[in-house]
Amino acid sequence: MTFDVYLNVAVAGILTGLVYGLMALGLSVIFGVVRVINFAHGEMMSIAMFLAVVLFSAFHLDPLIMLLPIAAVMFVFGYVLQAGLINPFMTRPEHSQFLLLVAVGIIIVNVLLIVFGPDARTVQTSYAYDSFQLGPVLVDASKAYAGVAAIVFAAGLFAFFRFSLVGKAIRACADNYTGALVVGLNVNRLYALSFALGTACVGAAGSMMTLIVDVTPNLGPTYTLLAFVIVITGGLGSMAGALLGGVLIGLTEALAGLLFTPSAKSMFAFAILVLVLLFRPQGLFSKRAT
Amino acid sequence: MTAVAIGRAADGVRRRNAVLLVVLLAALLAAPWLVNDYLLTVMIVILYSAFTGQAWNIMMGFAGQLSLGHALYAGLGAYVSAVLFTKFGIDPWLGFLVSVPVAALSGAIIGFLAFRFGVSGVYFAILTIAFAEFARIGFDHLSLVNAAAGLFLPVAQYGHNDLLRLRGDPTMFYYVILAATVVAFALCRFLIGSRIGYYWLAIREDEQAARSAGIDTFRCKMYAVTISAAITSFAGVFYAFFYNNLFPEQVFGIGRSIEMILGPVIGGVGTLFGPILGSFLLTGLAETLDSALAAAGLDVPGAKEVFYGVCLLIVIVALPDGVWPPLARRLGLDKDKR
Repeated sequence: MTFDVYLNVAVAGILTGLVYGLMALGLSVIFGVVRVINFAHGEMMSIAMFLAVVLFSAFHLDPLIMLLPIAAVMFVFGYVLQAGLINPFMTRPEHSQFLLLVAVGIIIVNVLLIVFGPDARTVQTSYAYDSFQLGPVLVDASKAYAGVAAIVFAAGLFAFFRFSLVGKAIRACADNYTGALVVGLNVNRLYALSFALGTACVGAAGSMMTLIVDVTPNLGPTYTLLAFVIVITGGLGSMAGALLGGVLIGLTEALAGLLFTPSAKSMFAFAILVLVLLFRPQGLFSKRAT
Repeated sequence: MTAVAIGRAADGVRRRNAVLLVVLLAALLAAPWLVNDYLLTVMIVILYSAFTGQAWNIMMGFAGQLSLGHALYAGLGAYVSAVLFTKFGIDPWLGFLVSVPVAALSGAIIGFLAFRFGVSGVYFAILTIAFAEFARIGFDHLSLVNAAAGLFLPVAQYGHNDLLRLRGDPTMFYYVILAATVVAFALCRFLIGSRIGYYWLAIREDEQAARSAGIDTFRCKMYAVTISAAITSFAGVFYAFFYNNLFPEQVFGIGRSIEMILGPVIGGVGTLFGPILGSFLLTGLAETLDSALAAAGLDVPGAKEVFYGVCLLIVIVALPDGVWPPLARRLGLDKDKR
């Protein structure tokens, strides 16, 4: 009986972790290619979450269907942000890029607060209380759909980077900046494109996340930190690492919530972060030492 | 220019700086007679921010280590002194003598782990956030400090100001934080002109070069984080006794750490006047905005923070060195001729 409880919680944690993974994947793409520390990542996700909430409450559009349009909107947002604001900062010191995005994050959180107020909003889909019975495990339908959608989206992104010409060009930029310039790639445009892909990921993840959590403007900084915990745990710049890191952190949080108290769950995520930073700074799932 | 002329020019800069300091200090000393209670409270907030900014500036501005978890040290200072006061009746100044070592030690532990294991740059910043968040969640579940329900200090109506127990009216608190800011300024000025100050600047500019020049960079960075944490802890003691309530969410939150760095970033990282000027500009303008909104009958939560964000954005984009360095050059208060 108790084992079933653990199993149930673990499955729920893994499914939530997949969405975390997609969010962190966005951060990883941005860092891996553009080398910018996007400290407004969670805040961008909260924009997507509010888009999903508004679309649902106004037109009754399901967040899972709206996932692609929202990702597209966030893509444009990311492109404009990188091309307009961040590109001139590429040669600035790390901390000043970092503070630039901190400023963007502060603005996003509080504009959302002014527009939507501090109250939590929810998306009540028709399948909100459905679940599947798989042997001893009871799987929450919303989480299952969100988890599957996250895998599909991530797979699409992996395929894009592996097979498409633009994807290859972006990877070339990430591997060797000077080399990319020499062979005539438009690096600034590819940077903007990578940042846009990163924000598209976080847009899709945000849309899915509305099925799992209540939405408030204050979620932003929490998710930024969570994304960093995941990406550093998985290995900054490693795409597969981000996804695996997301699953690991999702699982950790779920089990910590069960064994201790739900409000203390992120303490364990931060503990993992500290240990990884100290003992394996290149990340758990990354072979390359940075 | 002859050596005499250079010497005279430097004397002029020094004299103008001294005049500025004296005028500023006189104005600040006289402030309680010149302004009303509301403005005095604003002045306290400004000086508080200037004080914490100066402490943070030692780490980032002098030694080049970006800390985004300074709320941890202020929070430890606040909680240690508040618990000693409420549970054991120990006066804040004695409590301060306990909270300084606690904060300094935690700074030293974080610094030791980070510098020993080669965590630097943005990774270091994230590590400091992680420790502060860890403390926030930890204190949220610590029953000794009433966990998330918050720790309250007894507020008694005192007929007179009791400086020893930090109980009294805003004027007393104003002079306490003013004195602290002056001491911190003097300390920063001393540090930056001392041997360790030059070592810090060398590390900030190029750590590898500093190390190859024979500087013990690990030890210097340890000094920076320990001194900075110790100074910041006093801000926490002040916070606890001025506001009389402590919530882990507010005291240790990442927002607190970011607030601490806004003053120096806007004023000028690594400068002596920067944190003070930045705090005056930012808090002054934000309070003006607040009053303007209130006068217009609008209550917009978040407006002040949007304003902070926009200020930070504008300064980072347009004035990467902050407001003070170009201003100082214009006023002839800067020693280097550019």
